[in-house]
Parts: sequence; C-alpha cells; structure tokens
Amino acid sequence: MAGSARTLGKPLPYLKLGRLKGKLIAIEGTDGVGRSTQIALLQQWLEVQGFPVMVTGWTRSNLMSRSIDAAKSGHALNRLTFSLLYATDFADRLENNIVPALRAGFVVLADRYVYTAMARDAVRGADPTWIRNVLGFALVPDLVCYLDIDLEHLNPRVLAAGGMNYWESGMDLRLGEDLFDSFSRYQTAMLHEFETMSKEFGFTVIDARRDIDAVQADLREAIGPIVTKKKTVRTA
Amino acid sequence: MYPFMEQHPYPGRLIIVEGIDGSGKSTQAMLVRKWLEAEGYPVRFTEWNSSSLVKETTKLAKKKKFLTPTTFSLLHATDFADRLYHQILPPLKGGAIVVADRYAFTAFARDVVRGVDPDWVRKLYAFTVRPDLVFYFKVPIEISIERILNGRSKLKYYEAGMDLGLATDEVESFRIFQSRILREYDRMIEEFDFTVFDASSEIDEQQTAMRERVSKMLVNYRAPKRGTWPVPPGPLGSRSRT
Repeated sequence: MAGSARTLGKPLPYLKLGRLKGKLIAIEGTDGVGRSTQIALLQQWLEVQGFPVMVTGWTRSNLMSRSIDAAKSGHALNRLTFSLLYATDFADRLENNIVPALRAGFVVLADRYVYTAMARDAVRGADPTWIRNVLGFALVPDLVCYLDIDLEHLNPRVLAAGGMNYWESGMDLRLGEDLFDSFSRYQTAMLHEFETMSKEFGFTVIDARRDIDAVQADLREAIGPIVTKKKTVRTA
Repeated sequence: MYPFMEQHPYPGRLIIVEGIDGSGKSTQAMLVRKWLEAEGYPVRFTEWNSSSLVKETTKLAKKKKFLTPTTFSLLHATDFADRLYHQILPPLKGGAIVVADRYAFTAFARDVVRGVDPDWVRKLYAFTVRPDLVFYFKVPIEISIERILNGRSKLKYYEAGMDLGLATDEVESFRIFQSRILREYDRMIEEFDFTVFDASSEIDEQQTAMRERVSKMLVNYRAPKRGTWPVPPGPLGSRSRT
C-alpha cells in the first residue's frame, strides 16, 4: 500500500494501520466466473517470482466459516442476518489475516471482497448506505480486478462445474420456479450491480468470457506493475 | 432523539430493560412479565445473545478469546437481527407485548467501551425498531459487583472486560469496564428517552413504579381478541392499527 492505508469509510478507531508494506489485490466477479482458477494461477506466478502470497476467501474465516455453512444449509437466514454473518467473517479475516499479512509484506489475493456483499444487498433491495457504513472499515485495495461475464457465457460454465446452488441462484428471493430460471434472473441482477460499482470504485474490468489463458494474461498485466512497484515489470 | 431508529407501526408494544450486569433488570423484567401475563395480556420475552444462529460460534469464540471489538459487535448484531425477525417483530405485528432483556442500547454502551465508533454501531443497528418504553436500571458499581459475586465465585472474561487489558485482576477490570459502560448509558438517557430507575432501591418499590409506567403506556393498547387479530397486509386486506 502506498503511503498510509486507506479505508472505504471510517477506519476502526482502535486499529492503527500505519503503512502497510504488502499489496491487497481483490478479484471480484460473480459465482462461477472462474475466480478461484485464476487466483490459483496468479499465486503460482507470484510465488515463482519470489513474492509471498496469501489467498483469503469469502466466508472462510476461522471464526465464522462453520456458522455460515450451517446457516446456509438450513436456509434459516434472511437478508439482514446473511449480510451480518458475512460482515463478521470479513472483519475477522481483515483484522486477523489480511492486515497482519500486509504488514509483513505479503501480496494478499482476496477471492471476492466487500463489493460482493454490497452487490448481494443491493439485489435484495437493501438500503445501500447501510452496508457501506457497516463495511466502512474495509481497506481500499491497491487493485480490484473485476472478471466481467455475461449470462450466455456464465450458464454453461456453472453447469459444467456441477450446477447451480440454492444461494448462488438467489432462491431465497423466489425469482423463478426452478434453479435455472432463478439463477439467470439473480445473476443478471448481480452483474448489473457489479457494472454500476465498477464505475463507483474504479474496478479494472477484465473480459472473462474468453479462455483461461487470455484472462490470466490480462490479470498479470494489471497486477504486475503493482506488486513490482518501481522494478522492471516482468511478464510471464 | 432516536436518530437511527424508526417508530414501529405495529399493534403490539415493545418494552426494554437495560442496565449493567447486576443491576437487577432481569428480575424486574421477570416480575413485569408475571404481572402482564396475570392481567391476561399476550406477552413474549426475548433476551440478549440467545439466538441459535450464532450461539455456538459466540460461545466458542468467547471461550477461545479470539474476538476483536468489531467481530464482537457484529456477532451480537447478527444475534439481534435473528431475534428481531423471529422473536420480536412477529409478536409485535400480531399485537403482543414484547419484553426484551437488553436491546441495541447494550451494544451502544459495551461496544463503544470496547473501542468501536459510536456512530458506526448506531448505524449498524439502524434496522431495528424504536421501543415503546426503555427502563434503565441505574446502579452504583459497588452494588453491581456485590450482587454478581454473591451468586458465583468468578467473573466471566468478557463480562469483566478482560479483553481490554484494563487490569490484571478480574474484579478491578470489571469495576473499570462497567464504570465506563455506566457512563455510556448515562449519555443515552436523553438520546433514547430512557425511564431511569434507582436500582439500589427495594425491588418491590421499583416494580410498583415500573408497573405504573407500563399501565400508562398501555392506555391506548388493546390486546387482540380471538378472531380479531390484525390481517397481514397483502391481497387479503389491509392492516389497521388497533
């Protein structure tokens, strides 16, 4: 992070951030767009170059992951409790994993970031200022790469990867009779939100309709200058 | 007043008891419930930190002591949101009297003492509804300690605010932590229109005063009778305030 770390809204009063040596790179994109595959390739690429990498995944905190999985399987959540579970998970990862890693000079690759929470809330009709306040303590990433896709290209990928699940299809919103209809409508709304936020937060948009290698090449081109700072940019 | 809470439009009533540990608020809440039930009112009760959604997580996290001020605050907000939708709003909409042992004000006091921003935590709870009555049982710190230590041998880690590193001795830490919470409650008296009781006075005297105040609040309240429960809004008809 160049200079003092910045946050989206009010910083946590008790957490002195100071200057963080590492870089925070968020990879955003909807369910099934190929984030995890791309992140695995990025990690390999960065580590080969000698950069320490930490990958942090949405809902994967020590504190909350089991709670979230259990709650999801019972479907006993409403929009609010869902958002709050996500926010708790994120806060735990930010304070206990992300910030310490950045202090130590790691490149932190975030598989999804707070923008996902904002998109989910917006699609569910929530007041957008509420979630922006709740997650205001989030660090502004050095780079947000948004993997952009359309429904036409998304559907076959999700089906090939094992099909659509209840939450990715927004079934809690009862948008359609079956998973396919619901998934299509829900993801259309999510894509719309990401597009709107892309301008608000200055995402680097990467066309994810293409094959894995083409997307990876673009990601490396965007990330390279950030992790290497003043050094010569090495391309793969 | 109530900058982040909206007045509810429902036929029921929402009564809150607030105060630090050992203020006697739970005893008062229990007694007021008994009375309301005996009077024939439909009553529901809910207490802080009791939803099944995050119970296990909170218990484990507290045991392992790995909560930060923010995750502590967010976990309790999650618990509260779950109870709001399952235990508070449904009976309120149905016309019952809901008695809640602690409400968002507990978070406004405790979480701020732990170090979160006062404005942030108030906005976090913006989804909640404004209660019809908030009883604040104000008690001197020494009485609170005496009452708590009377019942058991040891103070709990988070209850004593040991996570804040205020003192190595638990009783001393409790004293400092709860004193700061008292200060936050005092600040809220006006902000949220608390009805303040001297919690060091006799229990039955407090209860008498509490019942008087509740009776006054219930003047315009009519309990739903069989067959007259409000119809939920929607195609079947519109709800009217009873």
